[in-house]
Amino acid sequence: MQISGAQMVIEALIAEGVDTIFGYPGGAIMNVYDEIYKQNNFKHILTRHEQAAVHAAEGYSKASGKVGVALITSGPGFTNAVTGIADAYMDSIPLVVISGQVPMSLIGTDAFQEIDAVGISRSCTKHNYLVTDASDLARVLKEAFYIASSGRPGPVHVDIPKDVTAQIAEFDYSIELNLETYKPHTKGNPRQIKKAMEAISKARRPIFYLGGGIVNSNAAYEVRELVKKTGIPAVETFMARGVLSHDDDLLISMLGMHGSYAANMAMSETDLVIGLGVRFDDRVTGKLSEFAKNAGVIHVDIDPASISKLVNADYPIVGDVKNVVNEMLELSSLINPAKYSAWRESIRNFDELHPLTYHEDSARLKPQWVIERVGELLGDIANISTDVGQHQMWTAQFYPFSRPRQFISSGGLGTMGFGFPAAIGVKAASPDKVSINFTGDGSILMNCQELMTAVERKLPVINIILNNNYLGMVRQWQTLFYDKRHSETDLSVQPDFVKLAEAFGGIGYRVNTKEEFDAALKDAVEKNIVAFIEVIIERLENVMPMVPSGGSLFNMMLLEKKEKK
Amino acid sequence: MQDENARRVISVIVVNEASVLSRITDLFSGRGYNITSLTVAPIPDSRYSRLTIVTSGSIRVIEQITKQLHKLIPVLKVYEHADLVEKEMALIKFSVSENITDIATLCAAYNGKIVNVGDNVIIAMVADEPKRVDNFLKIINKYNPKEIVRSGAVALER
Repeated sequence: MQISGAQMVIEALIAEGVDTIFGYPGGAIMNVYDEIYKQNNFKHILTRHEQAAVHAAEGYSKASGKVGVALITSGPGFTNAVTGIADAYMDSIPLVVISGQVPMSLIGTDAFQEIDAVGISRSCTKHNYLVTDASDLARVLKEAFYIASSGRPGPVHVDIPKDVTAQIAEFDYSIELNLETYKPHTKGNPRQIKKAMEAISKARRPIFYLGGGIVNSNAAYEVRELVKKTGIPAVETFMARGVLSHDDDLLISMLGMHGSYAANMAMSETDLVIGLGVRFDDRVTGKLSEFAKNAGVIHVDIDPASISKLVNADYPIVGDVKNVVNEMLELSSLINPAKYSAWRESIRNFDELHPLTYHEDSARLKPQWVIERVGELLGDIANISTDVGQHQMWTAQFYPFSRPRQFISSGGLGTMGFGFPAAIGVKAASPDKVSINFTGDGSILMNCQELMTAVERKLPVINIILNNNYLGMVRQWQTLFYDKRHSETDLSVQPDFVKLAEAFGGIGYRVNTKEEFDAALKDAVEKNIVAFIEVIIERLENVMPMVPSGGSLFNMMLLEKKEKK
Repeated sequence: MQDENARRVISVIVVNEASVLSRITDLFSGRGYNITSLTVAPIPDSRYSRLTIVTSGSIRVIEQITKQLHKLIPVLKVYEHADLVEKEMALIKFSVSENITDIATLCAAYNGKIVNVGDNVIIAMVADEPKRVDNFLKIINKYNPKEIVRSGAVALER
């Protein structure tokens, strides 16, 4: 079939089964946009900023498990998208990001809207391509989708000069890929798996350390079964929230810098860490030399470079978590769950000593209450996105997640402005669920122009703005570690969030009491339109527990003991 | 080989395509690894090139380097050499007024010779193990070399 490069892009997306893409047009990508205008096979959602297009594609991908696609132009279109690409890279989200580039004849001449896009994206993509001939496009796009979604997933960037999108060439998407140098290792070594299971059977205080890799490999239900069959308590990383259901007896909680006391103590006292799809991030481990100090380590991950990168693995298993956990399940008779009853008991004691909770001791609403309340009212029917900061940690701590892919947040890069566009992508992927974005008064302003996208495309995201008039997380660090010098974190001067939402055709609520909150949430869900619910919260609430940066996991700052009212 | 910053030689076989070298060097700079020397040339009759990278670091760092190199899509193989034959070439420019006989004799002892004689300068070449090249360059200092260029090491496993 002889078609143009621009048509090839469309044909490839159709062949990949793409139903929704996110993007923003511009000079160098116009040939492709012309073909988008002519087709009806997939939706294009016009965001109002390229960064938002990529975050929306991330949200779409995380909620659906499919590859997210973003389309942008050269120069500033591309540089705006870089934050989203880097975010997807840090959180292993499969994306294909297609950018226009100036024509080949102008590359290297500092042409209008020219930037060395592949040079910039090299360090924040799994792989990237500059396509110099349309006859390569079928192969490149097919490879891009395959590389993005296989092995440890990640973003792949394809940069296409404008003359290449105009060039007519032969297109055949049925070609076989021949990636001699890329062969992800998905099946774990059976002998290593057996050895690991024997080690578990001998351990007295083992613990499952569950990570985001489980979500990526769609292995949550297998992991739930393994946890149940072995009776071994589990902690989740931030990226793994929802792998186990919140009401699972064996789920301790999240661990790490803002993990629960019980989760962090269990991790400190364990004699065998069973890491599944984790990468021992510094926000999880605290001081490395003190992390699970007396424990052996089983580490299952698809990325060999994650294994023994930070913590030495005694039982390294390279493979897809799903395959490995299935093999572990077959050997689960080696393990006697009764053996760990004393260990489970001591973890319960940790939890009773310092439960994950908060005090309702202020005139203003507590953010944790708001999150718990949304959990009570919506629970499983909501998908929960967040921005970055205190509200994000409170959401991870207090929302009752019941399924994988319910929680969508920027973990590795910590990108403020992620939440709203991501929640738009989530809603596009999963229209029958309520799409909530918990955000802060700082974060929401970083992509609030997306109100327009959400209103236009009838993607009714409900943004719950936990407003403490502070850049709260930085303020918390300043309070705790900088002698209360709140440098540039006081956000007392703010827009009228209600009017802001209304200006774009959404609906706004300002909430001071529990009753007002319930009414606002109910109204927003019923009206099914884009909403800002601004909740005025206690200004100086801190996220607790907290492991100070670089401190040991067991040295937590804790919530002051008080009677919970 | 146990010490923290031991010298290591890594060979990388990569698809010979545009920007593959930047992928490698970006990885080193982005992750804070050192490159002492780097040589690259196509492997005859194949679509691959071979890089020889001399670097330094602890066993853990080197293990990370090799794993991270492996993760790059166009990388076919990564070898971290233990038992290898290693050679490096150096070219040195001297003034003709120096003692050419001495220089020629020294070069011969290091697998080299005088390769070019001009009106004002001569160019000598040696090709030997990198350590011996270090040594040679120290010795010839007294003949006031005007310019020195080293090729970086190439290596093959025994």
